Amino acid sequence: MNAANFVRQSWVLLTQRYLRQLYRQPAFIGITLTQPVIWLLLFGALFKNVAEIPGFGGGNYITYLTPGVVIMTALFSASWTGMSYIEDMNTGIMDRFLTAPVPRGVLISATLAYQAVTTVVQSAIIIAIGWGIGATFPGGAWGIAALIAVSVLLALAMAGLSNGLALLSRQRETLIAASTTLVMPLTFLSGAFLSLHLVPGWIAATARYNPVNWAASAGREAIGAHPPWGTIGAYAGFLVAALLVTAAMSTRAFRLAQR
Amino acid sequence: MTGTAAGATAAGTAAADGQAAGTTAHAAHAPGTTGTGGAGPAAAVAAEGLRKVYKSRAGEVCALDGLGFSVVAGSVFALLGPNGAGKTTTVRILTTLTRPDAGRVTVAGIDVLKSPGRVRSVIGAVGQSSGALADLTGYENLALQASMNRMRGAGLRRRVADLLEQFGLAEAARRQVRTYSGGMRRRLDVATALVHSPAVLFLDEPTTGLDPEGRAELWTLLTGLAAQAGTTILVTTHYLDEADQFAARIAIVDRGRIVAEGTSDQLKAGLQGDSVVLELAAAGQVPRAEAALARLAQVRHVTANRAVLRARVADGPRALPAVLAGLEAAGVPVLSVTVARPSLDDVYLHHAGRSFRQAEGITVS
Repeated sequence: MNAANFVRQSWVLLTQRYLRQLYRQPAFIGITLTQPVIWLLLFGALFKNVAEIPGFGGGNYITYLTPGVVIMTALFSASWTGMSYIEDMNTGIMDRFLTAPVPRGVLISATLAYQAVTTVVQSAIIIAIGWGIGATFPGGAWGIAALIAVSVLLALAMAGLSNGLALLSRQRETLIAASTTLVMPLTFLSGAFLSLHLVPGWIAATARYNPVNWAASAGREAIGAHPPWGTIGAYAGFLVAALLVTAAMSTRAFRLAQR
Repeated sequence: MTGTAAGATAAGTAAADGQAAGTTAHAAHAPGTTGTGGAGPAAAVAAEGLRKVYKSRAGEVCALDGLGFSVVAGSVFALLGPNGAGKTTTVRILTTLTRPDAGRVTVAGIDVLKSPGRVRSVIGAVGQSSGALADLTGYENLALQASMNRMRGAGLRRRVADLLEQFGLAEAARRQVRTYSGGMRRRLDVATALVHSPAVLFLDEPTTGLDPEGRAELWTLLTGLAAQAGTTILVTTHYLDEADQFAARIAIVDRGRIVAEGTSDQLKAGLQGDSVVLELAAAGQVPRAEAALARLAQVRHVTANRAVLRARVADGPRALPAVLAGLEAAGVPVLSVTVARPSLDDVYLHHAGRSFRQAEGITVS
């Protein structure tokens, strides 16, 4: 009963608030979809010959790049999740929901659900464009589904962190600074754009503990010819753990923010 | 002593009716029940010994310093005080948004600190800034709130339609809130807070920023709500005239404490006296006039604002000849004189030791 109610209230907030607001901002949708296309075309052209470097394993760079851009886009857009809380706190909207008979967890789960929905759509579109410009997906539909799934897991972990930072700092500037300092290094300390065989040893070593690398590696393996499901599952497990940690953190931040 | 006993009884009765109030909140699902609810005989607010200190780098600010009061069910109660007096902090505590450092609070008989979740289902809250989602329509804002309150289907649609009608928003229902005027937004905020027919409605400075017409409209709605639906309404305001005109009872808040409480008439009667308001020809004559008035036995207290003096006396008409004679003897010409029954400003002045306007000027919100 309680769990059903929790799900229902989260669903209401997701559909009747967040998705509706998104739908009313066509310009925002346009820009968020254009961005990954630019990454894909830009990096694709820039690193075209990278795939021929010995150690890369040959093959098509667009095929290598597409899961990287999927993961990076999921990370980037999730890092702004907390902005919505800051907006709500600066207006009376947060207080409106906090005084309504709604569990705090619903306010968190609705933003996470929203992030999940947008990430699925974004990832699917990037994969389609990647395919359009020459990426191949020997792993088939299951591989693509797994790539989208890990992109969602990473997005949720990042969204939890972003929400927590937003609730604690309550300042747009702080969240922007924190997100930008975090997101770029996380992306480039991973195998998102370059094979880890080609990067300096310390980067490869750091990448092993980087959730972005877990997601990128799992996603890339999944769309390959013979997906090692055990390894992919392990990476997914790590991502779930990261997600639980940041979700717990943002729930705790909610309580602190209410002093 | 009697006051304390009455307060305790009110809270006790409310406790017994807490369940009833909760039931009313859910009754709105059922098709056919479209009433504004909150019809339970006792939904009260009781606060006792509230303390709250905000710590910041600049030091400690004591927002509440032993504040306490109680509200009789089904009435309009105003917390009146200058900006920074502690009104908002009080409302935030009562609506579960903040916890006090010390003190006890019950709303509709429910302990706010122990069961905030249960309190939320029997209260509605309107904050200082609008909680409306600007890119949703008025209808969508209300429907969202209703769905969050577990309403659905025909019951939900009827409740939302009724509220839109009641708050004069039916025509604007399908427009995005960003196109609304300030007054419309405020009315939507109140309607949103009433979706689940709460027993107690809290409003923090609801009329700030509204034009006189908007203020009057909102007050008509609020007083009607208390009279017809029996909703208990707690409003904070720093407008003396509003509290005077519309609130059944007023508590004057100053520096985190209640300094006086009662009906407007009781508060004024408590001063036991009138004001003689004297307009002098020039502000420069004020000191001489003050000295002359101070010599008169009838005059208790004198305050000056530019060239206008207010002298507190027990009985205005009787004291008037002596006051005028005294000033004439001192050689101070008087342009006009009026005898005024005490105003709420006088009440505030008496209890807080400074005029309301002064307090507004020197405190930060």
